[in-house]
Amino acid sequence: MIGLSHYLVVSALLFSIGLMGVLRRRNLLMLFFATEVMLNAVNIAFAAISHFYNDLTGQMFAFFIIAIAASEVAVGLGILIVLYKKQGSLDLDELTTMKG
Amino acid sequence: MYEQIAFYLFSMLTVILFLITVMSKNVLYAMTSLASGMVLISGFFFILGAEFLGVVQLIVYVGAVMALYSFAMMFFDATRSIKEKNTSSALVFLLGGMSALVLVLMFAAPIFSENIQALYPMHPEAGNAQDVGIVLFTKYLIPFEVAAVMLLVAMIAGIILAGKKMDRSLTQDMSVDMEKEIMIQKDAK
Repeated sequence: MIGLSHYLVVSALLFSIGLMGVLRRRNLLMLFFATEVMLNAVNIAFAAISHFYNDLTGQMFAFFIIAIAASEVAVGLGILIVLYKKQGSLDLDELTTMKG
Repeated sequence: MYEQIAFYLFSMLTVILFLITVMSKNVLYAMTSLASGMVLISGFFFILGAEFLGVVQLIVYVGAVMALYSFAMMFFDATRSIKEKNTSSALVFLLGGMSALVLVLMFAAPIFSENIQALYPMHPEAGNAQDVGIVLFTKYLIPFEVAAVMLLVAMIAGIILAGKKMDRSLTQDMSVDMEKEIMIQKDAK
């Protein structure tokens, strides 16, 4: 039988995949993809806890996380477009303009 | 039985697809695998009885967010594969693996959860969408309104950042161009 810990383990695995992407990626667009993976992993955990405790609060927080992720993508992609127009690249290593 | 088959299928496929998202060098492959992984995550929500959340996941993530990414990729050179300088891949894998181990141990450990009580219990006879609507518009009304204002602000920010003066650069100094034009006009005279 599939219990709560099954879902939580899957959620933890997906979260660590996203965390590995955040640590590994040097391209800003790919960094955004990795943060989306992490947000989705958290949503799975919220929905599973909501189901197994018969409580709707987890689903509510998942809704708000989805709304926050949507606005984050809208603002972040606007900033990425401006940055690409200015710098011509989205590589994090080439954006080191403050060399001491 | 079907729940177990669906759970293991969905979890295996999402882990593989998100690994492709994180590891791939091609932006198009990463985006496609991210979108299909999000579809499978909405499958998790349908298994868990959160139908409304699953539909919202499909509409907002797979529909809106992915369309936004693919429109934004018109500005970037998407067909070129990304050259990334991964200095210490072993360290990243070590850190990621260790955090995965710690998280799995934390979640798989026996939790003293008998004291947790349901604040807003579900009503199976009402259906998930109706239940969600009642709780969202009574207890979570103010966060809902704040989220609406936040989405409006994000929309305005996206339009202003990306959409204004698409034919020229936003960040370059416009006054320099104006002075050059004035000088050219003076020379012509």
